[in-house]
Amino acid sequence: MRNILLGGLAMVLFAGAAQACETVTLGDLSVDHAWSRATIGESRPAVFYVAITNAGTQDDALTGISTPAAAMPMLHETVVADGVASMPHAMSVPVPAGQTTELAPGGYHGMLMQLTSALKEGDSFPVTLIFEKAGEVTVNVEVLSLRAEGPTCDDAS
Amino acid sequence: MRRRQLILSVAGVTAAAAGTLALGAWRSNRDQPVSGLPLPLTAMTWRLTDHRGTRVTPADWIGRPAMVFFGFTSCPDVCPTTLIDISGWLEALGKDADRLTVALITVDPERDTPEALADYLAYFDPRIAGYTGSTGDIALIAAEFRARYEKIAQDDDYTMNHTAGVFLFDPDGRFANIIDFHEDRRFAVPKIRRILI
Repeated sequence: MRNILLGGLAMVLFAGAAQACETVTLGDLSVDHAWSRATIGESRPAVFYVAITNAGTQDDALTGISTPAAAMPMLHETVVADGVASMPHAMSVPVPAGQTTELAPGGYHGMLMQLTSALKEGDSFPVTLIFEKAGEVTVNVEVLSLRAEGPTCDDAS
Repeated sequence: MRRRQLILSVAGVTAAAAGTLALGAWRSNRDQPVSGLPLPLTAMTWRLTDHRGTRVTPADWIGRPAMVFFGFTSCPDVCPTTLIDISGWLEALGKDADRLTVALITVDPERDTPEALADYLAYFDPRIAGYTGSTGDIALIAAEFRARYEKIAQDDDYTMNHTAGVFLFDPDGRFANIIDFHEDRRFAVPKIRRILI
């Protein structure tokens, strides 16, 4: 039901603090620390970071993301080889059993190209994560400042 | 007076020749890693415009230690990460870092105009300056730094691969050290202190 509501709206902005610290579960997967950085205008791409814990015994993989906030959301990985940074498109991000996989600064990240509107600090927007086996789950992504290094959560996980 | 002009013009020709050679090396090695270290600032010949619209040459950086890195402002992960790291280093160094030239050279001059750089840098430490120019200007400074960059098409958009290290120069313009991408602050800050002496 919630997904239908989210899908029916072109752009949903939720107010509220510390949403990045909320945990959403999907079977054996739990998803938290969903955050982004504010953007200057809408022409530069935004970022999406999240942590996925797989408490099950079966490996899974994040194969895609979708969001009403951007027309072209993609999974990327920052790779530094020979001193040169590149951001290849990641076909999927492994979510191995018994481990926490992080999309975090300097590594895997969602790249939100062609934003619907600029992301402002304090806003939030939904992102649907698409897993190879577990299916789909939608999380609210908290927009932190352009200088943020991540959300501060009590659990510190 | 005439003698001085002659010396200056000889220096100019020599510098231009060095730049041409460097550019030639860059072009012929486009598909291979460019080996070697940056030239001393005194041997560089580039001219760029900073985010305030001021024309700058390497001579303007001589006399102060310099910290220089390549990047652009339309990447959501590496660019803010590097600028956040550098802002953190400058904060750790405090007032000592006021003497430092801190330069972001864009590898994406098409989008990074002086105004675009100014908008972006407003969110980070005010001691970080941005530099841009024509595509030829950027090719020249990259060649003189032995830095690499490449435009990567992404559907109807594009992104840039680029050398991610931070180059450190002594006040006399000699290349001193490199800080790697996302290097721990405990290692980065002492490297910067060494050029501040």
